[in-house]
Amino acid sequence: MSKKGDQPSMERRQFIGGTIAAAGAVTIAPGVILHAVADTNQRTEGASSEHRWGMVIDANKCADGCTACVDACNSEHGLTDLGRPETDAAWIRTVKLKDKQTGNISRLPVMCQHCEHPPCVDVCPTNASFKRADGVVLVDRHRCIGCRYCMMACPYKARSFIHEALSDQSVSAPRGKGCVESCTLCVHRIDEGVMQTACQEACDKDGHAAILFGDLKDPNSEISQVLKKYNSVQIRGDLELNTGVRYRNL
Amino acid sequence: MSKMYYRELYCGSPIRFWSGLALLGAFIAIGLGSAYYMEHNGHWVTGMSNQIVWGLPHVFAIFLIVAASGALNVASIGSVFGGPLYKPLGRYSGLLAIGLLAGGLMVLVLDLGRPDRLIVAMTEYNFKSIFAWNVILYSGFFAIVGVYLWTMMDRSVSKFNRPVGFAAFFWRIALTTGTGSIFGFLVAREAYDAAIMAPMFVIMSFSYGLAFFIITLITAYIWGDREIGDLRLTRLKNLLGVFVGAVLYFTLAYNITNLYITQHHGIERFILLDGGIYTQMFWLGQILIGSILPLYLIYSPAFEKSRWAIAAASIAVLIGGFFQIYIIVIGGQAYPMNLFPGKEVVESGFFDGVVASYTPTFPEAALGVAGIAVALAMVAVGARVFKVFPETLEDPNS
Repeated sequence: MSKKGDQPSMERRQFIGGTIAAAGAVTIAPGVILHAVADTNQRTEGASSEHRWGMVIDANKCADGCTACVDACNSEHGLTDLGRPETDAAWIRTVKLKDKQTGNISRLPVMCQHCEHPPCVDVCPTNASFKRADGVVLVDRHRCIGCRYCMMACPYKARSFIHEALSDQSVSAPRGKGCVESCTLCVHRIDEGVMQTACQEACDKDGHAAILFGDLKDPNSEISQVLKKYNSVQIRGDLELNTGVRYRNL
Repeated sequence: MSKMYYRELYCGSPIRFWSGLALLGAFIAIGLGSAYYMEHNGHWVTGMSNQIVWGLPHVFAIFLIVAASGALNVASIGSVFGGPLYKPLGRYSGLLAIGLLAGGLMVLVLDLGRPDRLIVAMTEYNFKSIFAWNVILYSGFFAIVGVYLWTMMDRSVSKFNRPVGFAAFFWRIALTTGTGSIFGFLVAREAYDAAIMAPMFVIMSFSYGLAFFIITLITAYIWGDREIGDLRLTRLKNLLGVFVGAVLYFTLAYNITNLYITQHHGIERFILLDGGIYTQMFWLGQILIGSILPLYLIYSPAFEKSRWAIAAASIAVLIGGFFQIYIIVIGGQAYPMNLFPGKEVVESGFFDGVVASYTPTFPEAALGVAGIAVALAMVAVGARVFKVFPETLEDPNS
C-alpha cells in the first residue's frame, strides 16, 4: 500500500469530527431541552421553613380490610393497576402485623416518612431527591436518571420505579418511565392551600379518621397537640431520621 | 537484565483475529439491542422490580469495575513497588484496566432508567452521594491510567512514570473504596451498612483483577505465538493465591461479625443456611469454586508448573467472584428489610416481610455479557495497534 493511501483524507477527518460532534449533541441535547422545559415553572413563592408538614397515624383506628387511603392515593396521582404487583407503583400501602411474643395484631398504612435526614436525598447523585424547606421529600423528575440508589437506601421501601411508559396521567402528579417516585404528601394540595391529603380525606370520609395531617412546627396545630398529648413512635426510630410521619398505638 | 522490546500483537492467523473480533462484535450488538429493548419497553420486561431494584446488569457492571481497578495492580507492583519481573507487564495491565472499566460502565449506564440523561449525572453533583463521587472516580481513572500508559510507552516522558504510577495506585484504591461504599453506606439493609464493605471490595478487586489479567495474558501469548517463562507465571500465580486467601479472610470477618450481632442473625441464616439459591451460590459458587478450588490448584505440588492449573484457577476465581457479587447485590436485596422489629408481617400491599423473588431475563444477561465483550474487544484492538506486549516474556537468564 502506498504511503499516500495510508493518509486519512480530509473527508474522513471531517467525518470523524462530525461523528464526535453528533455524539456530543445527542448526549447533551436532551438535557438542554429538559432545562428549557423546567424553566417554565411560574410559581414565584417557594416553600417556607416556617412549616414542617407531617402526619400522625393511629394504628388502632386503621380498619381491617379497608383500602380507602390506597385507592384515594392511586386515583389522586393517577397510579394505575397494570396487573403486575411487583412492578406497579405503590405510594402508600397497608401492612398488617402480629407481635411475635404477644400475638397482638395491628394494622397501619406505610408511605414515605418524609424524614428530616432522608437517606434517599443523601445517596442521590444528581440532587434529584430533595427535601423542601417545609420538610416534604420529593423527586425532581427532570433530574432523576433512574439509578434507583434511593430505593436501595430508603429504610421504608417507600419508593417505586416507573417500569413502563404511562398515559392518562393526573395533572397534579406528572410521572415518567425510568424515574423513581414516592408519596409527595399531596404537595400539590399544600401549595394550593388545601390542608388535607387525599389519604386523610378518604379515611375521614369512611369514618375511621386514622390519619391526621398538619404542621409539626405550629404548636397550636391539631397534629402538634395530639403528638404532645399522646405517645407516638417512628418506624425504625433507631436510625434517628426524625420522620415527619408518626404512629400511635403501634 | 536484557533489554525489553514491545511489539504489536499479531495473531498467527488473520482469519482467527478478525473472526474473534467479529464474534465479540456480535455479542456487543446483541447486548446493545437488549439495552434498547429494555429501555424502549421499560424495566418491567426484565426480572427487576420494586423489590429487586438492581439486577443482573449491576452484578456484571460491579464485577467488571471492581476487576478493572485490580487489573492495574500488576503495573503498580512494577512501577510503584519496584518489582522488576512485573514491570514489562505494566502496559498490558493498564490497557486491561481501561477495557474492563469501559465495559462495566457501559453496562451500568445502559441499565439506568434514563440513560439519555447521562449529561445530568455529569453536571449535577451531590457530594454527599458516593455515587456522585464514583462518577468522578471512574472518569478520572480513565484519564490517570491513560497518562500512566503514556509514561510507560513514551521514553521522553518516562521520568514521570513513578509519580504517575503512585497517583494511579492511590486513585484505584479510592475507586474501589468508593464502589464498596455504595453498599457500606446503606443504613437501611442488614446485609450492607458495614464499613468492612470498602476494604473487602478493595481486596476483591485485587483477586478478580489479577485473575482476569492472568487468563487474558496466557490467551494473548498463545494467540500471538509468544513465550512466557515459568518464573513469571509462578509469581503471578502465588500472588493470586494470597489474594484469594485474603478475600476469604474478609468474607469470614464479615460473616462472623454478623453472626455475633443478634439483629443480623436473620440475614446470616438466609445466606448461610436457608436462602435457597443464595445459600447454594455462597457455598458452591463463592466458597468451593471461587476459593477452595483455586487455592488447591495454586498450592498443590501436583500442579506446580501446570499452566492449565493456573488458567483453571483464574477462571474459578472469576466464577466465584461473580457469585460473590451476585450474593451481595441480589441476595442483599432479596432478604426483606425489617421495618418492624419483633413483629411478623401478616399482610402487606407491597411485599413487606417476604423474600423477594428475582429471575434474570435474557436481555439483562446479554447486556452484561456485552460489557465483557467490550472489555475484550478494546484489549484485542489495543494490543494490536499499540506496543503493549513484550516480544517475549521468557524468564531472565534462561
